[in-house]
Amino acid sequence: MQQVTWGIWFMKIEVNGEQQAVTATHLHEALAELGWGEARVATALNGSFVPAATRGATQLSPGDRLEVLTAMQGG
Amino acid sequence: MRDFYGETLQTPMMLGTARFPSPTMMEAAFRSSGASVATVSLRRERGAGQAFWEMVRGLGVHLLPNTAGCHSAREAITTAQMAREYFGTDWIKLEVIGHADTLQPDPFGLLEAAEALCADGFKVFPYTTEDQVLAARLIDAGCRVLMPWGAPIGSGMGLNNIHGLRTLRAAFPDVAMVVDAGLGLPSHAAQAMELGFDAILLNTAVAEAEDPPTMARAFALAAEAGALARTSGPMIARDMAVPSTPVIGKAWL
Repeated sequence: MQQVTWGIWFMKIEVNGEQQAVTATHLHEALAELGWGEARVATALNGSFVPAATRGATQLSPGDRLEVLTAMQGG
Repeated sequence: MRDFYGETLQTPMMLGTARFPSPTMMEAAFRSSGASVATVSLRRERGAGQAFWEMVRGLGVHLLPNTAGCHSAREAITTAQMAREYFGTDWIKLEVIGHADTLQPDPFGLLEAAEALCADGFKVFPYTTEDQVLAARLIDAGCRVLMPWGAPIGSGMGLNNIHGLRTLRAAFPDVAMVVDAGLGLPSHAAQAMELGFDAILLNTAVAEAEDPPTMARAFALAAEAGALARTSGPMIARDMAVPSTPVIGKAWL
């Protein structure tokens, strides 16, 4: 849950199946923090699609499951 | 000529992008075959996605994202929504897998997802079986293309149920149909096109060949041959021999 380390608030969320701690409170900030600020990705939060246009208004909660997907080979 | 949601394809060949020994081989297979559609997927970002996106965009073909690996309608619907945004197309190859060993579609999940996606404006290409009742339901849901399997995905067995495929083709003469999955040899592709299918979709048979670009070309030629045969009125097969050389005028020796 929300915890303080060296005076900074971190929130634990699950990103692509792995635990991550982020300071961001909204999805678009979290993506930047995780290194995907400029990347072409598609996002889903807790199993529901989040369009790129609504990432800025999408608030994160502790324990959220975030999927960050990209193009891959497929048949 | 049946179209694919208003699009006419340059060639009746759709090619997957997976399992190739290298990206260069994949590009060469697209060039040598003239495949007009590339299937792609969405997976967790681990660093290689951006380069792959640039590469498939550079192929200059229609992109058909899939929902491969989805086992429920809900998963498939979310994946389709993500794919529409990422790839900038409302085409979706809808896969809802019902069994892990056969990769057989789950007809109930497939129909549920197809109904939701068609209502949401997607142009759905459902990966289905040759089941005619399911096909009718998918068409009722709004699907204008069907993709019946030839055989289980990656098996290379060819057309397992010719009778079922022929019946399906005849039952819905206005619906574009693609034989998807299970093709192993170019002769399977020719056979599918001779049966009146509008295109073939394959991946493993090309990607796992020793020489993928040449095998891709072989499939493209076979598909074209089958399509030409279909439109040129094949003879009816007979049980007994009929001499092709005239009997009249033969010498009395």
